Amino acid sequence: MALQSLDIIRRSATTLPEPEIRSGTGDVTVAKLIDTTKCIGCKACQVACMEWNDLRDEIGTNVGAYQNPPDLSASSWTLMRFAEVENTKGDLEWLIRKDGCMHCQDPGCLKACPAPGAIVQYANGIVDFHEENCIGCGYCIAGCPFDIPRISKKDHKAYKCTLCSDRVAVGLEPACIKACPTGALVFGTKEDMKLHAADRIEDLKSRGFENAGLYDPAGVSGTHVMYVLHHADTPHIYNGLPGKPHISNTVQLWKGITKPLALAAMALAALTGFFHYIRVGPNETDEGDEARAADEMAKTLNSPEKRP
Amino acid sequence: MTDSTRITDAPGHSTGEAGQGSPRRRDTILRYTTSDRTNHWLTAIAFVCAGLSGLAMFHPAVFWLSGLFGGGPWTRILHPYIGLFMVVAFALLAVRFWSHNFLQPADWKWLRQIRDVVNNREDRLPEVGRYNAGQKLLYWVIVVCLAGLLLTGIVIWRAYFSDYFSIRVVRLAALLHAFCAFVLITSIIVHIYSAIWVKGSVHAMTRGTVTPGWAWKHHRAWFREMIHAANSRSRPD
Repeated sequence: MALQSLDIIRRSATTLPEPEIRSGTGDVTVAKLIDTTKCIGCKACQVACMEWNDLRDEIGTNVGAYQNPPDLSASSWTLMRFAEVENTKGDLEWLIRKDGCMHCQDPGCLKACPAPGAIVQYANGIVDFHEENCIGCGYCIAGCPFDIPRISKKDHKAYKCTLCSDRVAVGLEPACIKACPTGALVFGTKEDMKLHAADRIEDLKSRGFENAGLYDPAGVSGTHVMYVLHHADTPHIYNGLPGKPHISNTVQLWKGITKPLALAAMALAALTGFFHYIRVGPNETDEGDEARAADEMAKTLNSPEKRP
Repeated sequence: MTDSTRITDAPGHSTGEAGQGSPRRRDTILRYTTSDRTNHWLTAIAFVCAGLSGLAMFHPAVFWLSGLFGGGPWTRILHPYIGLFMVVAFALLAVRFWSHNFLQPADWKWLRQIRDVVNNREDRLPEVGRYNAGQKLLYWVIVVCLAGLLLTGIVIWRAYFSDYFSIRVVRLAALLHAFCAFVLITSIIVHIYSAIWVKGSVHAMTRGTVTPGWAWKHHRAWFREMIHAANSRSRPD
C-alpha cells in the first residue's frame, strides 16, 4: 500500500508521534464482524481474498479434513478453520472460524517490528504491513498473540490480511465481505458492528445459546476483526482461538522500557570511560618502572636458576 | 608455546624499526604472538560488525546503522553469519587463553580493591599474573554471552531455524539474545576503554610486545615468570 501518512496513526520502530493534524476530526474506526453462527464453511471468502489480492498458494495435499490449505501462509491470508467438537450434551458441533489478522487496536506485531514503517496502523484501525520496509526478521511473528504473520520463503517478507485497506480507503468493503453468501461476514464502523453483533447475540440467546457473545478481546485493546461466537465462554474450542489474548510479557519486556534503558546504559559506559580518562587519567609506565624492571631482570638473569 | 615466553630484543624484531630515535635499545617482552593478534583482531572486527548490525535491529534510534550493511534486509541477512564468524573466532581465542583465565584467591582481593584499580593505585594491589581479575572476568563474561548469543541466535534465525521452535521459545530467545548482547557490548566498552586507559596495552595487541616496565607494573607475577623462563632457557645444561 502506498504511504498515506496523514491517515497513519502508528508506525513500527519510530520514536516520535505520526502527523496528527487530522486527529480529533471525527475518527471513525472500522471493523469486520465474523458471525461464526452463520458461517457454512463455503470458503468463498478465501477465494475472494486470493482473487482480490492476486495470491496463489501452492497446491497442497488433502489432510483428510475440509480445512484447506492446512494453515495460513504468506499467500493464504485467510482460512476457514474447521473444528469438530462434542458438546456437553454429547452432540457434535461443527465449528467453523474464518481465521486471519485480527487487526488489534494494540498490535503486538507493530510493537515487535524493528524496521521503521514496515508495520503501520491507520486511523480507521487497520493494521497493515508495508513490505517495502520489511527486513524479514520475523519479529512480528513473535509479537503476534494470534499466530498470524507469515514470512514468505520466496522473498523473506512478512504478509498477512490487509483488511483490504486499499478497498476500504476508497469506500469499498473488503473482498471477503463482498463474497460471503450467508451474511456471516459484515463490515462497517466498529460501533455499528457492535450493535449488529448485539442483535445477533440476543437472537442466539433466545434460541438456547446462553453463552453466545462477542469476541473483541480487551487484552489487545479490542480488535477490528470481531467474532460472534455461540460459545463465547470457551473461545479455544474454535480451533484454539485464545481466551485472553494480550501481547506476551516476554515481548513487552523485550520491546518495552528495557530497550531505551539498555541503550542509555551502553552510552553511559562509554561516557564513564571518557570522564575517567579526563578526571583520573591514563595509567602509564614511567622510567622508574622500567628501571625497577631492569634491576629485577639483571638480578634474575645473573643468578643461578634453581632447576627442578 | 616457546614463542610467547621469549624475551626479545627490540620491538619489531628488525634492526631498522626499533633503534631509530630511541636513545638505547630496549628489552621487550613478547605478550601476543602473531597468531594471537590475528585471532584477536578477527574476533574484534566480527564483534564490531555483529554489534553494529545487531544494534540496528535493537532500537529504532540506531536503525540508521543498517545503512552500513547495505540496508535493513542486508543487515538481517548478514548479522547471523557475522555472529557465527565471531563465535568461531572467539572459540579459537578462548582455547588460546583458557589456562590463563582461572580466577585465583588473589583475584578476589584485587576485585575488592577496585577503588585502587580505577584510581591508578596499582602499588596497593596484589601481584597480577598474565591477566588481572578484571580481564579474567571479561573472558568468562564473553564465554557465557557468546554461548547465549549463539543458542538464542539460532532460535531467532527465521530463515532457517525459527519454524522448528514454539512461539514461547522464540520470544524468550529474542529477549535473552538482546540481554546477552547488552551485557557483551557493555563489557567490551569497558574492555576497549581499559586498553586506552592502561598505556602500552594497545601496543601489546597490535605489535605483540610490552616493555619490561609495563609487565613489571601491571602483571608482576607474569613478568617474573617470563624472566625466570628466559633465564632457564639461557642456561642449557
